[in-house]
Amino acid sequence: MNAFVASSMSTFVASVGASASAFGWFWRSSPVSAKIGAAIVFLWLFAGIFAGVLAPYDETEIVGAVWQEWSSATPLGTDQLGRDLLTRILYGARNTIFIALLTTILSFFIGITCGFMAAALGGWTDQLLSRIVDILLSIPILIFSLMLLSVLGTSVPVLIVVLAMLDSPRVFRLARSVSMDIVVMDYVEVARLRGEKLWWIMRREILPNAVAPLIAEFGLRFCFIFLLISALSFLGLGLQPPTADWGSMVRENAGAISFGILTPLIPALAIASLTIGVNLVVDWMLHKTSGLRDEV
Amino acid sequence: MKSDGTNSNARTGETILDMRNVCIEGYGEDGWKTIVEPISFQLKRGEVLGLIGESGAGKSTLGLSAMGFSRGGCRIREGEILFDGMDLRKASETKLRDLRGARIAYVAQSAAASFNPAYRLLDQFVEAPVLHGISNARDASDNAVRLYGEMNLPEPETIGFRYPHQVSGGQLQRAMIAMAMSCKPDLIIFDEPTTALDVTTQIQVLIAIRKAIESANAAAIYVTHDLAVVAQMADRIMVLRHGRLVEEGEARSLLAAPKQEYTRQLLNVRTERKDPAQVDREKDMVLRVRDVSARYGKGARVLENVSVDVARGETVAVVGESGSGKSTLARVITGLLPPYEGQVSFQGEELAGGFAERSKQDLRQLQMIYQMPDVALNPRQRIFEILGRPLGFYLGMEKGRRRERIGELLREVELPENYAERFPYELSGGEKQRICIARALAAEPRLIICDEVTSALDQLVSEDILKLLNRLQKTLGLSYLFITHDLATVKAVADRIVVMLQGRVVEQGEKDEMLKPPHHEYTELLLSSVPEMDPDWLDRVTTERTASGHLG
Repeated sequence: MNAFVASSMSTFVASVGASASAFGWFWRSSPVSAKIGAAIVFLWLFAGIFAGVLAPYDETEIVGAVWQEWSSATPLGTDQLGRDLLTRILYGARNTIFIALLTTILSFFIGITCGFMAAALGGWTDQLLSRIVDILLSIPILIFSLMLLSVLGTSVPVLIVVLAMLDSPRVFRLARSVSMDIVVMDYVEVARLRGEKLWWIMRREILPNAVAPLIAEFGLRFCFIFLLISALSFLGLGLQPPTADWGSMVRENAGAISFGILTPLIPALAIASLTIGVNLVVDWMLHKTSGLRDEV
Repeated sequence: MKSDGTNSNARTGETILDMRNVCIEGYGEDGWKTIVEPISFQLKRGEVLGLIGESGAGKSTLGLSAMGFSRGGCRIREGEILFDGMDLRKASETKLRDLRGARIAYVAQSAAASFNPAYRLLDQFVEAPVLHGISNARDASDNAVRLYGEMNLPEPETIGFRYPHQVSGGQLQRAMIAMAMSCKPDLIIFDEPTTALDVTTQIQVLIAIRKAIESANAAAIYVTHDLAVVAQMADRIMVLRHGRLVEEGEARSLLAAPKQEYTRQLLNVRTERKDPAQVDREKDMVLRVRDVSARYGKGARVLENVSVDVARGETVAVVGESGSGKSTLARVITGLLPPYEGQVSFQGEELAGGFAERSKQDLRQLQMIYQMPDVALNPRQRIFEILGRPLGFYLGMEKGRRRERIGELLREVELPENYAERFPYELSGGEKQRICIARALAAEPRLIICDEVTSALDQLVSEDILKLLNRLQKTLGLSYLFITHDLATVKAVADRIVVMLQGRVVEQGEKDEMLKPPHHEYTELLLSSVPEMDPDWLDRVTTERTASGHLG
């Protein structure tokens, strides 16, 4: 059965084209845990991307009474304003994942660029960047972001930029230490002596050799940012109502728990499942890239 | 199962190791594959067996199997390994642990990587005898001092109190040999113990090894790729290739009359000789280094008033042992380390000190080839990217033209054109070095600095690389600055020789003059330290040097 699913799945994907071989490779070389993780992540991505099609109602539409029981009309019941919870969860997936992804990408762009620069240039550049990073790292990220967001406001672009800035020092650290081992290689010296510009050296000589640990870190940092956004939303400084978002959904429905209603646990479960899913995939990737092999 | 220290009384000629049809396989992408075909040999007390072959021949794997050990990913498939009548393949781990270090000792290629940097030499020496219950710490220390003296180490009473980084590479290697002797083993395995050393240091280690084997009356397996070295050490030689025995025989007769073609090739390496280049040293000077001094940071000077000239179409070899400043000279010329004093001029014009201030044309015409082709090629770039970049960057070639030129370059360095699609890891060491040469050629340079380009390669392969470089010089009119510690390489490629010692030029001149006596004292030392195929060479040199008091 499993083999049949596997083969039909891979034949299906094979017809899609370029990603086929990557998928086939993943399917063959990954353990069960990574497969489960990948399935969870894809499920949520799918839900987020097609929220508009999948959701039975509109994002902010009020369809019934407050905290209704599960029914055929509202499969997961309704929330504190009488909106359909399933609809909110699907839109929440889109908003939360989309923003977390953008933030992580921006954070990595800043962190990798500065990290590679510090390693490649060394000397004063390295000192300056590293000390700035030390200062940023010394302030707890949640408190710092709360402070900045209350000053700068809570629009989505501000949220993305602030969180990316605050997260990038952690990426910087990794990028710098990984590229430190690469910049001393003769092929980087060859590129320098050829007269290549710094940007080219960073992009073509260093990045391809540092990409494996960075991708693994990407998954991990995505999780942290995702949780941070949920936490901020829970505290009221993340995404603003009526935008659906898992973190704020937990907060808004929190009161229901005292009536024995399970509604706030559903978005909490969504957060938990995505985090676990990503972590399962990342674990496997870390295992792969760290060169740990099972004994033959 | 400890040695009772009566080795000296043991009968010479008693068989200590008997390998019967030992076959070893390794695990690769397509499952288990044989890496050493069934092989048998016997080893008697006092006898030295030389295992020789190029890298990948299985010589180290076979050497290690003599202690019943196989590296991770390898296993001994069949055969018997009888050590003193006991089959090591059937022995338990505990039993093997008792034997290893006590009755069977192993000397690795890199002493620097084998010592624990956090402990003193003496602590590491004492560990094995105490652990194996052979002697107490005090006796072991006394033994260490005696062995350090025997190994000709300076200050044998106190050198044990130093940490590994506080002694030189050659001394460390000798300390490791002393350590291997600490339990008076019956069998010692030497795995390329001198490959990483300078010739002048190598000779001291070779003498130390010989003494060690004699005094313990032990049997030894000596693994190396250098036939001239093994000629000095071994009573019997086995030539291996691709995991198969090519030829076996008593050392002298094998060297005098090899039966197989492959052995003959190995014996005939280092016969490449370059026709002297006809150059006009008066006006056609490509590189002039004038009174250059250099230092790292605010440290001591590592180069002192160095002057070297390279004319068009000629090869200047810079020779010296490690630490002589020859690689620093290359860094100054390429602009990685701006000179502290003095100047470098290229084709009549003075070069800026740092490479960042130099013009694209200057950078293009001065190329470099490195010692380790593995780290000189970006592992994530395909060959056509590696070769295409200088073509596009310097010469502004379009994609189609670039492809054509890459094909030409690959042909030039005698590689098939379809290699363009490959990644560096799909190439052998020699092929990678050819790609490095092609990359340098792509820039259409005037001068190529070759930094130890053959020292990481097997002898047959490096011979081919040297031939290629000589041919390219003739057809393209290139100049080379050849940095090396290997005098055989110098003989093969040089027109002129520059001898360096401790950051200074000791002597320089035409090759033929330099190789004829009288020499400068240091040049003499270098030249006489190059191993020769003659099995009596080491004895001869030892006697000569003892007579003139030059050993130590």
